[in-house]
Amino acid sequence: MHPAAIDWMILGVYFAFVLGVGVALKRYMRTSTDYFLSGRAIPAWITGLAFISANLGAQEVIGMAASGAKYGMATSHFYWVGAIPAMVFLGVFMMPFYYGSRARSVPEYLKLRFDEKTRGLNAISFAVMTVFSSGISMYAMALLLKLLLGWDFTTSVLLSALIVLVYILLGGLTSAIYNEVLQFFLIVFGFAPLVFLGLKDVGGWHGLAAGLRQVAAARGFAPDAWTSTWSVMSSPASNPMGVEWISIAMGLGFVLSFGYWCTDFLVVQRALAADSMQSARRTPLIAAVPKMFFPFLVILPGMIAIASTLHGGASGLALPHKADGALNYDMVIPLMLGHYFPNGMLGLGLTALMASFMTGMAGNVTAFNTVWTYDIYQAYIRHGASDRHYLNMGRIATVVGIGLSIAAAYAANRFNNIMDLLQLLFAFVNAPLFATFLLGMFWKRTSGHGAFFGLLAGTAAAAAHHGLTLPVGSATGIQGGWIAVLHPYPSQMAQNFWTAIYAFGVCFLITVAVSLATRPRAEHELKGLVYSLTPRLSAVGERWYARPAVLGACVLAGAIVLNLIFR
Amino acid sequence: MGLDIRIPIGSLFVILGALLAGYGLFSNPAIYQRSLGVDVNLWWGGALLAFGLAMLALAWRAAMARARTGRKSDTTPASE
Repeated sequence: MHPAAIDWMILGVYFAFVLGVGVALKRYMRTSTDYFLSGRAIPAWITGLAFISANLGAQEVIGMAASGAKYGMATSHFYWVGAIPAMVFLGVFMMPFYYGSRARSVPEYLKLRFDEKTRGLNAISFAVMTVFSSGISMYAMALLLKLLLGWDFTTSVLLSALIVLVYILLGGLTSAIYNEVLQFFLIVFGFAPLVFLGLKDVGGWHGLAAGLRQVAAARGFAPDAWTSTWSVMSSPASNPMGVEWISIAMGLGFVLSFGYWCTDFLVVQRALAADSMQSARRTPLIAAVPKMFFPFLVILPGMIAIASTLHGGASGLALPHKADGALNYDMVIPLMLGHYFPNGMLGLGLTALMASFMTGMAGNVTAFNTVWTYDIYQAYIRHGASDRHYLNMGRIATVVGIGLSIAAAYAANRFNNIMDLLQLLFAFVNAPLFATFLLGMFWKRTSGHGAFFGLLAGTAAAAAHHGLTLPVGSATGIQGGWIAVLHPYPSQMAQNFWTAIYAFGVCFLITVAVSLATRPRAEHELKGLVYSLTPRLSAVGERWYARPAVLGACVLAGAIVLNLIFR
Repeated sequence: MGLDIRIPIGSLFVILGALLAGYGLFSNPAIYQRSLGVDVNLWWGGALLAFGLAMLALAWRAAMARARTGRKSDTTPASE
């Protein structure tokens, strides 16, 4: 890849704007609420775009394109079965309790609904997790820049850390949200021409489908395995993912996606910054509309790349091989940027990629500084100090959080296995969370002890399931089977989905059992926190088409139509 | 917050669009071989420019409406 002056100029203009937004917002940061929650004053379309953008880190973009090449169109299950229903559920059913309780964070909601120990468990695991996610983001970016532009690892890490540090220090969550919206448009504008040129190269959708039929046949699957989503899901052997429809629907769709989109403070924080209850509820619903079409932006490039690599696009686009001879799927996006974009557009594409790495970091840092300040520092270290004190603590937490992320990036660079191990641990901690929220919000009998021990049991169940099963063809250890191999799974993805299903199930059962054996909280304390004890929100004054239930139904209908078209 | 986000978005894409479209007009046509013969800088730069101008127009209209009514507009609620 050979960037010219025009490409550097485009990147430079973007960096100037990122910092400029931080500077322009500085004068609005007066209280801790301004800093951590944007003063709860942001309109729904902005929080909505920030909501998807916070999740649209570069690993997501690169990973989805890689999966598009590896698994084809079925990758869109992560959107049309995974994200969309969960986002609708969050907006229609859960947001009234998050926003209505005036909790400033997800752990704080757990404190209001359950007790201190449940909050502590969630706050500490979340804080550690965000720092490492931010570090992994930095690490991935540094590796890519080294490969593409020959930049030194330390230069990339420090440059990106410095820019993120400055704009969050100045403008807090608002800065992060505004930059996420900028990044949203950059990603769309940077990648749309890539898809257009790629499709043109392989002969349009029909040319692509013909190429993918050959890819499927060459790998021993039914001809439509790369172009359909549901019709190849009857058994794990009939699709390259190695999963069947029930683990897609339950494991990915229900447990994992609801667990992520409905309880992860990184995304929920964007909705809490909204200017009203209506806006907060509309945030994930507005976000779901572009999210629905993202497969065409991020998965399609992978499909184009694999079809072109194995069966020829006119211009000879071909994925590189890794040292062990396997195709390097992670190179889909960088390869296509270099292959199709002339100088000029190349700058825009690189800027979009760097923007998504940096917002991925920034999202984690803003979630970290809030949880640290409100749920750890204010709760356990220094209670009852002035608002100014907590605002300053938030700024210190930003600096420390970024410092720790840099350390995590270096750790990832040195010990790859440590990162895999940590991500596995986080998966165990997160898998059961949705059961706790579901019971907490919709069953008033759920007690604090029930929630706490249910979470612990769910995490233990996830670890045990992972230790007792192994994907076919993997070595025991980090892939599973470290206790004993009782059950083989056809693929790692199948193992992940079932781990989540077991964790959810055990957490659900233990929470119910312990709750029945312990005393629930008095009903008057749970008003606004539990469905049956909260007055319904009146829809008076809202236009009918703007009501969350109507918007949610439209979004779901759209997702169903897409599932049917690409069945 | 007090800053209408459409102003930075609009300005960023006006500048990027103008840079790309300008480069597309004056660059050597040979570089468009990789983009399958399409002068993607010119076309896409033009699209970005139009998008940026539309964003600025919306921001300008909202500011006018605020000035006329003296009310806080619903698209840019100020926290103060």
